[in-house]
Amino acid sequence: MSDLFDILLSVSFWAAAIRIASPLIFATMGELICERAGVLNLGIEGIMVIGAFAGWMAVYLGAPLWLGVTAAMAAGMLFGLLHATLTVPFGLSQHVVGLGVTMLATATSYFVYRLALPEVTSPPKITPFAPMDLPVLSDIPFLGPVLFQQTALTWAALICAGLVGFVLFRTPLGLAVRAAGENPAAVEAQGLSVTGLRMGAVVVGSGLMAVGGSFLTLSAFSSFFFEMVNGRGWICIALVVFGAWRPGKAVLGALLFAAFDALQIRLQQTPLGAHLPYQVFLMAPYLLSILALILMSRRAEVPAALMVPYRKGER
Amino acid sequence: MRLDPIAAPPLSRQIGLPALALVATLLVAMALALIAGADPLATLGLIAKGAFGSKFAALETLNRATPLIFTGLAVAVAFRAKLWNIGAEAQLYAGAIVAVLLGTGALGAPLVLPVSALAAMLAGALVLLGPVVLKTRLGVDEVVTTLLLNFVMLLFVSYLLEGPMKDPMGMGWPKSPALIKEARLPRIVDGLRLHWGFALALIAAVVVWVIQSRTTLGFEMRAVGQNREAARFAGMPVNVVLVKTALLSGGLAALAGWSEVAGLKGHLSSDLSPGFGYTGIIVAMLALLHPLSVVLSALFVAAIFVGSDSMSRAAGVPTYIADMLLATALLFMVLALMLTRYRVVWK
Repeated sequence: MSDLFDILLSVSFWAAAIRIASPLIFATMGELICERAGVLNLGIEGIMVIGAFAGWMAVYLGAPLWLGVTAAMAAGMLFGLLHATLTVPFGLSQHVVGLGVTMLATATSYFVYRLALPEVTSPPKITPFAPMDLPVLSDIPFLGPVLFQQTALTWAALICAGLVGFVLFRTPLGLAVRAAGENPAAVEAQGLSVTGLRMGAVVVGSGLMAVGGSFLTLSAFSSFFFEMVNGRGWICIALVVFGAWRPGKAVLGALLFAAFDALQIRLQQTPLGAHLPYQVFLMAPYLLSILALILMSRRAEVPAALMVPYRKGER
Repeated sequence: MRLDPIAAPPLSRQIGLPALALVATLLVAMALALIAGADPLATLGLIAKGAFGSKFAALETLNRATPLIFTGLAVAVAFRAKLWNIGAEAQLYAGAIVAVLLGTGALGAPLVLPVSALAAMLAGALVLLGPVVLKTRLGVDEVVTTLLLNFVMLLFVSYLLEGPMKDPMGMGWPKSPALIKEARLPRIVDGLRLHWGFALALIAAVVVWVIQSRTTLGFEMRAVGQNREAARFAGMPVNVVLVKTALLSGGLAALAGWSEVAGLKGHLSSDLSPGFGYTGIIVAMLALLHPLSVVLSALFVAAIFVGSDSMSRAAGVPTYIADMLLATALLFMVLALMLTRYRVVWK
């Protein structure tokens, strides 16, 4: 028990929680935008892989870190455009297309990686984003290391979540996007294009998912390896539901989830960890996501037109 | 752009468009080979040769197709009822675990094979039952829960192989002890490396086809898939149908793992399945969810995988070309299917 308190009071635990939450925040915001517009994007897992890969590859080839982030975003938007084209104007099954996009984006990453680096046995490293060193702020006890010694990409994630919340709920564009996911016929009656809004949302959302993926290679691990995304995309879909399709709640969910994840890693080092097989701890994030879905199932305010393709003039 | 429904699509459209999707996939294959600096036509030739070029290659393809027929059937059955079972991977491992549990001495001949096969199906069915009950009772989306359970199951297998199910003679490798001889599926023909799992997969395809086309359950599954509300309105027990579908689907996926352990490998290791559960989705979609076509589609997919492995060693094009091709084929195929029923009007 005292181990638990030691962990919860440690600076490194809270710093780790925010670090672990960062890629999830980007990708959850991306998925949230798509679903608010009425499109379930199961391409998220693969789009995070291609983001992790494209960002890393660009930096490995000599690009500055922020150009790497941009490359990841561009790659994600490209696959988002594929997803959007097939699901919005063509109205194909969002389940099947999403899984197909995940498979295609993942396979493309692995194919290009092997093509570019056929011989490597241990994944090459890049110099990732360094922790920020702000005058005064970084030196505050506790808060300094937890908040102000994170990398710039973590701050970008938090700012991104704020922006997504602002645009979705405080601007006419956000209103139109949300309406496209609630009542597309009304949007069309206003003279706006449901197809355009939905496609735009999926492309932008996919860009954010890919940036979330690039956090793994450019800020967290410094190299690209296979299966590094490891279900994070699916967890983000659960986080959108847990956050009731609201950016603020989804960010809180991501932080809560990340705190549990940081906790399970640290609990493995305690006497409790010696008693339980380590796989039990590694299962926790996935089981927790399922639990979150069950808890929210009764209260979920699903966008009314989620997964319903829109065809002009049809009712 | 507008989509106009076609009242009665002509046969040329129904066959031509899916065929076109496959041709387009081959073109993508050639483009990828070109990007990788290889001769496009030679690459296709090497893939075909690697899949069917020798007796050994052809048998390898049939062996690889076996688990894919099972997972393809599992997905086809579920998707037809619009039950999104993306957890065939977890159900496959459930079947594999049972094969080891009952096949390492707990039961002897002649009981061990039939009992462990049935128990494996039951285990796979139970793995899918959880998400389906969550769906029917609480409305929890089964896509995400089945996906997440795949990761849980892989960790559970890893725990078993490093703990209670570890082979004491395994030199430290995380693998299970070998199955006893009586628990192994024999080869169909002596001397040829092809086990009875393949024959069982063919039988399963026929059985599923009979269920789908000749029984009330099959009719109900189709009705629930086409329009859940209408089926409910017509007095069908929609949730019961979904649960029955899940039991069938989970059981079929479990047979994939069971036959890999009992037929091919003889033991369980955590690399038993290179994603057979996920590939089952491609197999099922390429087969247009038809159980008999699943066999052909699984052979095609297996040929691409086996052929690409062999081609990769010879021509140096990364073997992941197979995964790219199959994902492309999947997307082209769903597009082609829609276009058989709708005409695109540009204006």
